[in-house]
Amino acid sequence: MSKEELKASLTALLPTATFDETGEFLNVIVASGDMLPLMQTLRTNKEFDFNYLFCLTCIDWKDHLMMVYHLMSKELKHILVVKAKIADTVNPEIETVSGIWKTAIFHEREVYDLFGVKFLNHPDMRRLFLDEDWPGWPLRKNYVDENMIEI
Amino acid sequence: MNLMGENIVTEDGEFIINMGPQHPSTHGVLHLKIWLDGETIKRVQPHLGYIHRSIEKMSENLSYRNFIFATSRMDYLSAHINNEACALCVEKGLQIEATPRAQAIRILMGELTRLSSHQLWWGCTGLDLGAVTPFFYAFREREAIMEIMEETCGARLTQNYMVPGGVMYDIHPNFQKRVKDVMKQVKDNLHEYYDILTGNVIFENRTKGVGYLSAEDAISYGCSGPTARASGVSCDIRKWFPYDGYEKVQFEEILDTGGDCYARYMVRMREMSQSVSIIEQLIDNIPEGDFQAKTKNVIKLPKGEFYQRVETARGELGVYIVSDGAASPYRIKYRSPNFSNLSALDHMARGSKIGDLVAIMATIDLVIPDIDR
Repeated sequence: MSKEELKASLTALLPTATFDETGEFLNVIVASGDMLPLMQTLRTNKEFDFNYLFCLTCIDWKDHLMMVYHLMSKELKHILVVKAKIADTVNPEIETVSGIWKTAIFHEREVYDLFGVKFLNHPDMRRLFLDEDWPGWPLRKNYVDENMIEI
Repeated sequence: MNLMGENIVTEDGEFIINMGPQHPSTHGVLHLKIWLDGETIKRVQPHLGYIHRSIEKMSENLSYRNFIFATSRMDYLSAHINNEACALCVEKGLQIEATPRAQAIRILMGELTRLSSHQLWWGCTGLDLGAVTPFFYAFREREAIMEIMEETCGARLTQNYMVPGGVMYDIHPNFQKRVKDVMKQVKDNLHEYYDILTGNVIFENRTKGVGYLSAEDAISYGCSGPTARASGVSCDIRKWFPYDGYEKVQFEEILDTGGDCYARYMVRMREMSQSVSIIEQLIDNIPEGDFQAKTKNVIKLPKGEFYQRVETARGELGVYIVSDGAASPYRIKYRSPNFSNLSALDHMARGSKIGDLVAIMATIDLVIPDIDR
């Protein structure tokens, strides 16, 4: 599907979604609660058939966190970026997508480790790189490391 | 929590043993916790972070010229290609393209890197499975490639040769002659690789039918590179999303349908010949001209998001830059191929014997600093 067709189908599916077309890929921005049902449709609906989650990450915009999912369909050769906004920065939570794409098991653990986003219903929600008792979330913008030397 | 832990026998007779972080077959500091029933693997759980340096956090404080060099330390066997991905991503933001001469040099260097990386992998795979000789055969050619790198880039492993707009300096006057000599040597000797290891009965028994990964699972786990191509998943970024003029060279995407360790082995072996072919097409056709496009001293990317992917020796590397208009990235994410490939290890290893785990790890070709970043 082309960008325009994707946009039209997604608007019909989720009227509240907003779009960002400035970049290379089509971005769709949804509320964190709408994310999981949308993802399930994107995976199972043969019209979309997004079977390959090639990048999963998070961005800290200080007043909110933004989950970013890069999706691609190997068969239909289209790409879509789904963004889910998490307003709560103190106890951020979102549903896991590891039931849909298994690669998310590791990627979500990485996001939990470095951003502190808790993934609900994740099979193994532990830190990935750092110790369990590591203070703070290193990739957050408000993270302070006393040992860091500024050059 | 039993992290560094001892080996335990649970009440229902299950063994839990620790492999690594210092284990010869993990090629670095990978720690695997393995649940066993007798000799059969029930579950594998990787423990990561022994070499975590948070390159993503470091990059947020570095300029767009400097952050590139940190990525040489991720997948150190594909340092050139990592640098290339970052340079391409910055170029995408600046809306410039490398000069034709720089593009040809980048492909040549990238393929030499792929070749030397696969040679190292081949030697180590033999070593892991109990054959010591392949290591010496592989390093014979790899050493010659390393010397070419040293002559042109000044370094053997972390070359730091790619910059936004092209390459850092022009190729050494000896470059073309030496590359041609080495390619002749590689072509003459490649059949020895097959003679030593490929048809060996012990090797075949240890790899055929071991560590099966279906095409569907390979996509679901986000596997890429030879690991996925051995399961029949077409995923070569050089074909799917050509960069730096890969669309102009003739080569074949190697696919296999076996999905086992032997298929992964054969894909890499056949890829070596493809790399040689690409290098031979280009070595006499490097365009004249500048080796670097003009860029400003202080690079500032416009507000926005840029995603660039390239094919390293191990699979798809993605560089995702989020810019807020400043002189350093607001957020940077490296989607590393090894990270996703490792996540499929548990799935591949379940049900096989503990000795097979070494064969599986060897044929996924893990590089640990790329997983931990």
